[in-house]
Amino acid sequence: MSLLSMRHMGMGQEGMISSVKAGGEIGRRLRDMGLIKGTLVKILRRAPLFDPVAIRIKGFTLTLRNNEADYIDVEVKE
Amino acid sequence: MNTTIALAGNPNSGKTTLFNALTGARQHVGNYPGVTVEKKHGVYVENNQRLTVVDLPGTYSLTAYSLEEVVARDFLIKEKPSVVVNIVDASNLERHLYLTVQFMEMGLPVCIALNMMDVARKMGITINIQGLSEALGIPVIPTVARSGKGKLELMQAVRSETFTVDMAPLNLSYGTDLDLALDRMEALITKNTLLTKTYKPRWLALKCLENDEQITDLLRATDPILFSSVGAIAQTVSAHLKQTLDTDPEALIADYRYGFIRSVLKQGVWEQLNDDNRLYISDAIDSLMINRFFGPLFMVAVLFGLYHFTFSLSEIPGGWLESLFGWIGGRVDAHMADGLLKSLIQSGIIDGVGGVLGFAPLIMFMFLGISVLEDTGYLARMAFMLDRVFRIFGLHGSSVMAFIVSGGIAGGCAVPGVMASRTLRSPKERLATLLTVPFMNCGAKLPVFALLVGAFFSENEALMMMVITLISWIGALTVAKVLRMTVIRGESTPFVMELPPYRLPTFKGLLIHTSERTFQYIKKAGTVILGISILLWAMMTFPGLPDSQTQDFQMQKKAILESVKTSVATELALAGDSAQLSPEARIISDKLYGVDAHRSEAALKHSLAGRIGASLEGLTSFAGFDWRTNIALVGGFAAKEVIVSTLGTAYSMGEVDPDELSSLESSLSNNPAWSPLAAFSLIIFTIFYAPCFVTVVCIAREAGSWKWGAFSVIFNTTIAFGLSVLVYQTGTLLGF
Repeated sequence: MSLLSMRHMGMGQEGMISSVKAGGEIGRRLRDMGLIKGTLVKILRRAPLFDPVAIRIKGFTLTLRNNEADYIDVEVKE
Repeated sequence: MNTTIALAGNPNSGKTTLFNALTGARQHVGNYPGVTVEKKHGVYVENNQRLTVVDLPGTYSLTAYSLEEVVARDFLIKEKPSVVVNIVDASNLERHLYLTVQFMEMGLPVCIALNMMDVARKMGITINIQGLSEALGIPVIPTVARSGKGKLELMQAVRSETFTVDMAPLNLSYGTDLDLALDRMEALITKNTLLTKTYKPRWLALKCLENDEQITDLLRATDPILFSSVGAIAQTVSAHLKQTLDTDPEALIADYRYGFIRSVLKQGVWEQLNDDNRLYISDAIDSLMINRFFGPLFMVAVLFGLYHFTFSLSEIPGGWLESLFGWIGGRVDAHMADGLLKSLIQSGIIDGVGGVLGFAPLIMFMFLGISVLEDTGYLARMAFMLDRVFRIFGLHGSSVMAFIVSGGIAGGCAVPGVMASRTLRSPKERLATLLTVPFMNCGAKLPVFALLVGAFFSENEALMMMVITLISWIGALTVAKVLRMTVIRGESTPFVMELPPYRLPTFKGLLIHTSERTFQYIKKAGTVILGISILLWAMMTFPGLPDSQTQDFQMQKKAILESVKTSVATELALAGDSAQLSPEARIISDKLYGVDAHRSEAALKHSLAGRIGASLEGLTSFAGFDWRTNIALVGGFAAKEVIVSTLGTAYSMGEVDPDELSSLESSLSNNPAWSPLAAFSLIIFTIFYAPCFVTVVCIAREAGSWKWGAFSVIFNTTIAFGLSVLVYQTGTLLGF
């Protein structure tokens, strides 16, 4: 197990969110969509220009920009 | 019993589909006062009972984060609907219940319409409805909004007596620290009866802990002393949480809400057996649609397809409208005596009404196309693919639609383009988009370019047209960036966005969506546009030529007629169409037409618009424009293609048909006052200057304020003038 910023996760990689270090508007938006500690995530694919990224959480697909994914640390299996 | 039901839920929950199923065509779309969020309400009729149904904007949460959330929350608190029907996607239960919990915290009389039960079943999800209802303590009714299944059961539950407006709020525990703080804050707030009349005290306390700007502002304004003591408690607990748990109240509250939801679902309420089938299909489609190579290619094809769909199909009803107004115009021409009234009816009213309605087919097909893209889920994918590019300029991936429709592929129209910016949910990016799309090359600017390119750059027509398209794109994106760094500056709105599964749109939904927007445009924009059309007519008509000059022109005509043989004179008086005239009579007829054309030129120069044009000549000569060009540009505010016809009048060419430009082309290219440089300067000006007033009206409506309409006129004209002067002066210096 190791900690990885969501930006650096590879295609198809899975893991569990260990922390979301964002306040204010972006923090609120991430929480509203279900990105909280303990949530399972999987990287689905990246846009043609590698940004934004599409992820699977709680049975639906969510997109976010790389600089927004920076706030999220994920615990991944090696 | 007169009751109001509010429909609330996440975007993509099937809320609008349910609303359409409940109210059918009995619905009305307006705006919430002062904001651009749509307000939809309709009537549900059963057994002669009428219930008012309000479709609240789709939201994921109830913070004061977005305009939609503020509007939905204010409606629920202030209008106190008798029942809140919360539409919840059964296939996506956990996230959707996050909003439900917040309704319950507010103490609203809420019931759940558990929608998309069919989809959930296909995904192997079983939901114990009875169990969910008991665990939450509110009614849960399964529905399939697309087929209308469960509609009657839902309405039966809504009308039953189980609801009281004062439902006990759900008091969740958010951990000892926050619970204690909430207790103390609640006790303080309860003493202020002014607030507790509208708000539940514990909910106010909770919102203070969540640092909700709208609620803290309200507290500060109504009771500053209370605010400072409540705020002190919130600050203490916030500092404590930071120290002990390295978190803040907002995040902790969200954790506990999700914790509560998970505990509910774990009580044997929710179970998934096999793998999620529907998402599997969506993922398979996505692996092609958002593929690095195929994705952009397919997107270009879709954009071209949408473009051709909108503009070629709308030509058909557009043609009908044109012939209808042509016919009415002809009737007026035949049955009314020449004079001011006739001119007002023809040029002011018929052209004005025709102008308003002429855009309606365009708007209709554009919204139909966009609705299909939006409802299938493809629009979200386009935003996903293009966001990286548009973000550079402070815009959003969804901006692309508005740019393409406005003429990103030359020949669009800014009116539906400005309206297409509605698909953007981020306010700053949306404003920047709708202010810059008028720089695109709409179909009405094309005759102007065709005239000038034909007259001065005829060897390189295709190249020039491409250069013009490029200039408008570069200009629009640069201006967007400048606006986002100055007038509309601020952090970009988060892109955190759902990619909904692919769905087939419902025919009924498309029909309602398209028709209501088209009628909204006709009704709201129509009156203003007609008024401005009459105003512009007046500017180009008054003051009329003094009698002495009118007589002069009449004398000239009389002199011509007297000089010819009586046989020719009678032939002229009887003939309607010049094509059937004898050669001798045709010469005379052309001479008479020439006198009329000179009179039109003199009248135009004498009018208010002409005087404005003439008085600005000193200034505009820096850009290479004389008074004739100036008047044409004033006329272009009515519609850009009017520039061509006004130039025709100003050069005494009489009526110029935009499809038949050769005579005007040669008279411009042979005129010593014109040069390729002056023509290029005018092209630049035409790309950038004030949008036509129909677009201005739409900008004001979509931006929610006339301020932005006025801004687009002044700002764009300033940019256009600056660029034209730059081009003309640099060109002159370089010796072109």
